[in-house]
Amino acid sequence: MSRLGKGKFLNRLLDLGPIILLYISVLNELDFNYLNLTYFSFNFPFILIFYWSLKKPENLGYGLIFAAGLINDVVVGFPMGTSSFAYLFICGFAAYLRNITLRPSILKDWMFFLFTVLVVSSLNYSILVLFFEYNINYLNIIINIIFTFFLYVIFANIFQIYQKFIASSEKND
Amino acid sequence: MEASRDDFVIAIRSAFIQRGNKQRFSLFFLLILSIILLVLGRFNFSAVNYLTISVKELVYRSSFIVSVPENYLINSYIDLKDHFTYYNHYQELKKKNKELNSNIENNKFIIAENKRLKKIIDDYVIVSDEIVAKVLIDKQSPFLRSVIINKGSKDNIKLGMAVLDGDFLVGKVVEVNFTTARVLLLSDLNSKIPVTIEPEGYQSILSGTGKNDGMIQYTKEEILLEDGYTVYTSGSGAIFKSGIPIGTIREKRRVIYFSDFSQLRFVKIIAFKKGEN
Repeated sequence: MSRLGKGKFLNRLLDLGPIILLYISVLNELDFNYLNLTYFSFNFPFILIFYWSLKKPENLGYGLIFAAGLINDVVVGFPMGTSSFAYLFICGFAAYLRNITLRPSILKDWMFFLFTVLVVSSLNYSILVLFFEYNINYLNIIINIIFTFFLYVIFANIFQIYQKFIASSEKND
Repeated sequence: MEASRDDFVIAIRSAFIQRGNKQRFSLFFLLILSIILLVLGRFNFSAVNYLTISVKELVYRSSFIVSVPENYLINSYIDLKDHFTYYNHYQELKKKNKELNSNIENNKFIIAENKRLKKIIDDYVIVSDEIVAKVLIDKQSPFLRSVIINKGSKDNIKLGMAVLDGDFLVGKVVEVNFTTARVLLLSDLNSKIPVTIEPEGYQSILSGTGKNDGMIQYTKEEILLEDGYTVYTSGSGAIFKSGIPIGTIREKRRVIYFSDFSQLRFVKIIAFKKGEN
């Protein structure tokens, strides 16, 4: 009985993994700046939200994503609502792709992710520049988008392994 | 063509408007909420500002806790990197150490020369231990500008000792009791201190006015004192050592003290002795 409870708890914890990771990443502002690599930066929350909204949306609540966006705005120093808007748009794009896809393939997901990131980043920074009169370094944004795009495949594979691990753990119970 | 447009609309509607499985809110509702927040934030709506402040309070504390493991990793990474660059660091330090040693030797010569020159001009070079005292009574009248401190002869306080507030001179000890002493402030009418006015190096006497400022006295009328000149103790008269900052010149001969005498809570009492031969 106790073993059963423990197993359920572990499964629940594994299910919450993506959202915990999202909150850690926005609170911690994972940027790898300490590596002192010039221009290296990527948007981990974009990858995480897109992947999990596409593959297992029930693991990421929209309300929680909205709150994560607010936290990210506070940490980064953007106006409240900017990141939430971007994150939710990514969820929308991922949900759309899920609805129209019959035979999923990582290549299609990857290309659609590029389109999503380009649209969402354009919207995001347009709001900041036009609405809030922020000064933006466009080169940094382009490099950030490129790295985010390239790293998607790597993280998607890691998340796939994690997803399989959750599935096997649930099957064992 | 028509069917493909319908599919697109259905897919978009399903993605944005319909609530998904296990979702409490629809994407459309949350997107509208984000836009409302952005618009209100743009116009500095106070409720949004309060929300920002509350979230900040929460997020900054949480962020500190969440960053602990990452900080540990960063520190480990830096430690590891340091180990790899250990030899190069050692070489750099060796070089720097050599330079510092040569500087120390130069400094020794300059210190010895300084001492010798000070001896020639009969200046005060040795400072006795500082005694920190608390200001007990600070009731200043226009007739007497003085304070009472909680140190007296029991603590080796002697008449004429200099009283400083930080690095600035505020007065001298004029009365010593067993456990207390009276300090005559520079602003007292009876206070007369020999001073040097820099950068010109004019010698003069600073006199208290009974108010919060002082007055330069006994200088030739043709001497032009400009605003911003700094007043230091001159060391003549064997009262204080030279070079203790006092205040700055304002409006011809008026001196504004660096220290605010009405705010004295703790002061340093120092005696200066002559250097040994």
